[in-house]
Order: sequence, then C-alpha cells, then structure tokens
Amino acid sequence: MSSQHLTTPVPSMVPISFKVNGIQQQLNVDTRTTLLDALREHLHLTGTKKGCDHGQCGACTVMVNGRRINACLTLAVMQQDAEITTIEGLGNPDELHPLQAAFIKHDGYQCGYCTPGQICSSMAVLEEIKAGIPSHVTHDLVSAPNVTADEIRERMSGNICRCGAYSNILAAIEEYAEGLES
Amino acid sequence: MKAFTYQRVKTPAEAATSAQQHTNAKFIAGGTNLLVLMKLEIETPAHLIDVNGLELDKIEATADGGLRIGALVRNTDLAADARIRRDYGVLSRALVAGASGQLRNQATTAGNLLQRTRCPYFYDTNQPCNKRLPGSGCAALDGFSRQHAVVGTSQACIATHPSDMAVAMRLLDAVIETVSPDGRERKIPIAEFYRAPGNTPHLETVLTPGELIVAVSLPAPLGGTHIYRKVRDRASYAFALVSVAAIIQPDKPGRVALGGVAHQPWRLAEADNAVIQGAQAVSDRLFATAQPTAENEFKIILAQRTLASVLAEARG
Repeated sequence: MSSQHLTTPVPSMVPISFKVNGIQQQLNVDTRTTLLDALREHLHLTGTKKGCDHGQCGACTVMVNGRRINACLTLAVMQQDAEITTIEGLGNPDELHPLQAAFIKHDGYQCGYCTPGQICSSMAVLEEIKAGIPSHVTHDLVSAPNVTADEIRERMSGNICRCGAYSNILAAIEEYAEGLES
Repeated sequence: MKAFTYQRVKTPAEAATSAQQHTNAKFIAGGTNLLVLMKLEIETPAHLIDVNGLELDKIEATADGGLRIGALVRNTDLAADARIRRDYGVLSRALVAGASGQLRNQATTAGNLLQRTRCPYFYDTNQPCNKRLPGSGCAALDGFSRQHAVVGTSQACIATHPSDMAVAMRLLDAVIETVSPDGRERKIPIAEFYRAPGNTPHLETVLTPGELIVAVSLPAPLGGTHIYRKVRDRASYAFALVSVAAIIQPDKPGRVALGGVAHQPWRLAEADNAVIQGAQAVSDRLFATAQPTAENEFKIILAQRTLASVLAEARG
C-alpha cells in the first residue's frame, strides 16, 4: 500500500479456457483481465456492457455457472472451466428470447446501454425466486418467496437505468414471468 | 491495475505457505471488493492466491448445536440456507439487506468480514487518508462526513465498517477460525477480531500476514425474535446510515448490535443489559463515548429511534 512502484512489473500471461454461450474458448490473458474485458475485447462479445467497472451499475451482468454476477468484478483467470452465458447466448435480432421481446413490447429502455445487463439479471432473478432464495422484501423467511412486483424491484436493484425506464422494465419482466407460469 | 502473478491453490496449508513464500501476496475469493481496490491501485498485490478451490463452501452442524460456515460460502447461499433462515433469521436478514443479488452471488463469508470501508476519501487517491496511506491525514474529519462513524473513532480515522453481515455475526457471537503459514490454527471471537482505529487505522483486524480464515462458527441458536433493520438513503442497494440487529427474548431481555456507526459492528455488554429498560437506555450506553461530527450527529438520534422501532416490533 505504501510502497512506491516506480516501474510496472512485466505483465503475467496465463492460459484460460471456459465455455461462453455453449462454445469452448481458449485464451491467453494478462492476469489483470476481468471476465468483462475478456468477453468484450478478446471474444468481441460486446453485448455485455461496461458501465462503472466497479460493480455498482449492473450493466456487465452475465450468468456464470447458472448464477448472475458482475463480470467486471471477477478475473478471467478465476473462471477456468466456467460456463458463461451472455446476452448473445439468450437470443438474437432474428430469434429473440421471449424476455427480449417483452422488453421491446413494453419499451423497457431508452438508450439501451443497461438493457443486456437488465435482461440477464432478470432471467436470474426469476430463477432465484424459483429456487426459494429470500430477498430483503420477503415477509416470511421460512416460506418460499413469490413473483411479485416488490420482489422483482428489490432483486433488480443492482441494475441501474439512468434513463429511468424502471416501470417498463418491471412490466416486461412481469409479462415474461406470467408467460412462464401459464 | 498493477501486474501480478496468479496461483490457484487446493488446500488451506498450500494457501498459507504460498502467502509466506511470496512478498506482497493477497488471497482472492469473491473479489468483489479487492478488484475494485486493485483497479484504483489502493491494493497492489504482486501475487494473487485464488482460494476458491479450497472446498470451504459447506455449512455443517457442530457438536454444541451450532453451525460451522465455510469461509467460501457465498452470501446468497448463507442467506438461503434453511437452518440459517429458521434459527439465525437476523443473519439471513442482514445478508439480504446488503449489496445486490449479483454481488451476493460472488461475495464470500470470510471476504464479507474483511471488506474495506466505503469512505469516499479512502477511495479517492488524491485525498489524504491514514487508512490508505498511513500518516497522510484524514480528509473526512473536515470533509463530508455524513456517512461516517460517530463512536469508536480516533483523530486519525472516522471510517465505518460497511458490512451488514458482520453486524449479525457480532450479535450472534460468531467465532472466526483461521490457519497460519506455520500451521497454527486459532479461533477468534468476533468481538476481538476488529481493531480500533487509534493511530493505525490501516490495521483493521487482528489477522497476521498470511493468516487465512477457513470458517466462521455460530453458537447454538438463541431463539427469540430476530430483527435486522437497516436505514439508508434509498430503499435498496445502499450502505447503512444506521442499522440495528436485535434478538429479543419473549420475557424481554435481549441483545443489540449496530451497523453504520463505527469501525466495527457496535455492541456493548452494558447496552445489552439495558434492553429491558428500553431504547433510550440502550442508546445512552452505546453512544456514551460518541464523538460525532456536525454532519453525522443525526446518526445518534436516528439509531435511538430505530432501536425504539425495533424493540416495539419485537414486543409485538
């Protein structure tokens, strides 16, 4: 902390392999490379966005081994053998995921920058509720939480939308969740 | 970020040995705080030891009726564990009051205890900060101090400990189990884990270099009503201005710990003893030595009112 580094140490390169959207990838990365930078700069999967790069905005949310995380707050080298799903793995313009279609229908964005993170996050939110994971607004800790507007709002609080499209984002998620139930 | 070498380890002994062999080494688990600090070059490890492969991710029953939580149990999994939800509700509540879903999926039990303060002057490397650069001064003392500590502070530092989980762990008398590079194991009661800032606010815990947390143990369940009440500037995903963790027994005695007011979860035996007398008595004892700034003295009133609300809720 107090030591002064007058020269930068030589970067350390490490081989890494993981699966992204079902495709095995092998990379040789500087140990400093975050998973976010590996996805965007090495694999050119630029759907995942860099907002704050400090875990505060949620724009970089991806699924790793089935759980949503901030891709900016983990190193690529820490994800050896991981299975990663990004927005590109959910759908594409010709074949939209139903949740993507719901975001379009409900106008769940303005500039769209936070949208890939919002969509990846909301996919995981519905899984987390299904798995019985409690949240800050779950009234009874010992019974299973339900898919309610309050639960979705609370669980999506790690995804910031500076355009303020929150009410439409909520509407999109609710419609998609209802489709899952019916 | 400064360049560093990287190593995965398989056993706690291997981790501790590696920490001894490399100068300026750091363990990394969830990384949700450490990587931010490395990006800002507040932390500049030359060697990162990835402990995620240590298989310390189980929650096991102990012989005395408690639970032993592996250091790598993620915050989400700890909050969702059926035994924690049933018998240690205050811990589950504290966990889900903190951070975001994404962060809780990554953050670990040990890492949560060891996270650094969120004092903005600690993160702004253009500002003096005794915690970041010992001897450089404290920009918060005369700066914006609304979020800062009101008790247990020193002239060198008024930073708070940001964790919600740690407040519940303190309330529950958790014990932190470690292993050192020489193979020594020890059990540290959480009451003795954090150091007062004094003139050395950069030294935050009693851990020695290379000492690795392997588990956190909880004593047998206490029963009673468990409450974690967090007051913050927005309804979700913000650090506490004040938080109150409480376990109140049916016949009214109980225990309380506060977050957001000190360098560590703030709990005093004399305050616990005053629970039966009500919020004013508890608050008077918790803040007897308080030295707030003009900007954060409101926290004392806020804490007292939050305590009153929590005690009223507990008493139905």
